[in-house]
Amino acid sequence: MNALQANSMAQPWSQNPKIQKIIYPIAVGIILIAIWQGLVTGLNLPPYLVPSPLLMMKTLLTDWAMLGLALWVTVKITLFAFAVATILGVLISFVFVQSKRIESALFPYAVLLQVTPIVAIAPLIIIWVKDPTLSMIICASLVALFPIISNTTLGLRSVEPDLQSYFALNRASRWQVLWRLRIPSALPYFFGGLRISSGLSLIGAVVAEFVAGTGGTGAGLAYQILQAGFQLNIPRMFAALLLISLTGVFLFLFMSWLSRKALGGWHSSEITGE
Amino acid sequence: MNHSPVPAVEVLSANKTYSNGTQALLPVDLRIDEGEFVTLLGPSGCGKSTLLKMVAGLLDPTDGRLLLWRKPVQQLAEVGKKMSFVFQSPTLMPWATVEKNVRLPLDLAGIDAQMANEKVREVLALVGLSKFAKSLPRALSGGMQMRVSIARGLVTDPDLLLMDEPFGALDEITRHRLDAELLELWQKKKLTVIFVTHSIHEAVYLSNRVVMMAARPGRIVEEFQIPEPYPRHTDFMVSTGFSQHAKQLQDSLMRASAGQEEHFS
Repeated sequence: MNALQANSMAQPWSQNPKIQKIIYPIAVGIILIAIWQGLVTGLNLPPYLVPSPLLMMKTLLTDWAMLGLALWVTVKITLFAFAVATILGVLISFVFVQSKRIESALFPYAVLLQVTPIVAIAPLIIIWVKDPTLSMIICASLVALFPIISNTTLGLRSVEPDLQSYFALNRASRWQVLWRLRIPSALPYFFGGLRISSGLSLIGAVVAEFVAGTGGTGAGLAYQILQAGFQLNIPRMFAALLLISLTGVFLFLFMSWLSRKALGGWHSSEITGE
Repeated sequence: MNHSPVPAVEVLSANKTYSNGTQALLPVDLRIDEGEFVTLLGPSGCGKSTLLKMVAGLLDPTDGRLLLWRKPVQQLAEVGKKMSFVFQSPTLMPWATVEKNVRLPLDLAGIDAQMANEKVREVLALVGLSKFAKSLPRALSGGMQMRVSIARGLVTDPDLLLMDEPFGALDEITRHRLDAELLELWQKKKLTVIFVTHSIHEAVYLSNRVVMMAARPGRIVEEFQIPEPYPRHTDFMVSTGFSQHAKQLQDSLMRASAGQEEHFS
């Protein structure tokens, strides 16, 4: 009993920073949801304006057959687009770092691609590309591409100058410099790009769905939101929205985890302070 | 030594002027024989690092020539000689273990893995880091990281070791220890060493010969022999001989700096 007490005195669980990092956001979430529920019930708000969190969860369960299917469609487009953006982005960065000339010639077009709102070009892509799923993947990839290009290019260039001299002194080939020096140096930047792009590919997928407005079997969450809006089925709208947010959070957490696994221990961004 | 010395390094009126007109180094002549331990000493901006990097072939002289064993540095391999460079900072790959960092020059040269591993074990034992072979650089102290860097410099069995203020960022005690270890290695491996420093004490303790340099513009002003026997122990650092050499270098450094002020006026 005594030993147990002493032990818990030495390390009260509420002081553990790891637990704090989980407990605090959850506490805030619970409080917000409680306030939301309280306001909806207290002010007697009709569900077609603001549904209560309870109603939202209920709708999520009753409409799961439809929403689950839609979620799967959106996730599929997101993941495909993310994969395409990653592969394409990395390839383009490799081309960019081959010479400053290539980069300065092409980089403005990468920026152009980035600053042009996807809603503005999405209709074009949807007209040009017959298959709706493919056209949505293209839209989402375009949104997610830029952070990967810019981060990976920056990373491949961010090599410690003395280390680069060391490789030069040892007459390392271009390939050796790329493989043994540039790529490892670029990894932290690359993963930073991945984290941003994972969220962007979801946004891109949702925007593309909105523009495409495809119903039927290929209907994703964005289409469900549109439909629910037309039908004033606000609880379902909220339920779909919740699923999109959760997908984004999950993607971000997964990319953070992956980055920690890949860089674990050596890069300062992944070293937890004590 | 009774055989006639072989020149390991010959600097033939090499100079460096940057494209913006800054004279980093006036024409310099210097000959370093095989087996010598020569220190380049001087205030910052005197071109000592520039000279060292030109010897390594990292910088091209604006004019003049540099020869290693009577060949341009690019043809060093043809005479069967090897050179290593140790930077001011450890310049290790943070993502690779100590072992892999040390093995890097062998990997780059495409040396058979088994032979390379054996060589790595050997040098890690030499610098006393065998226990840390699997550690990442960030787990080591600054002094230990520098030892890894030196191990990486030695793993190729170099004939010429170029060191650019390698211990400048370390504390006094660690620096003394590494200086002593370096002397031991130099004797054991019969290396030729060019060592850049701004510490008079380090220069006297280590070298056969000290080359004093001055700044603005960078140039060689004087040379000093330190004809004290090796091995040099810590007692040497408190001996009268040591102080006399240090005093001589100090005076020379003052003269070099005085000349510099004249230059300003």
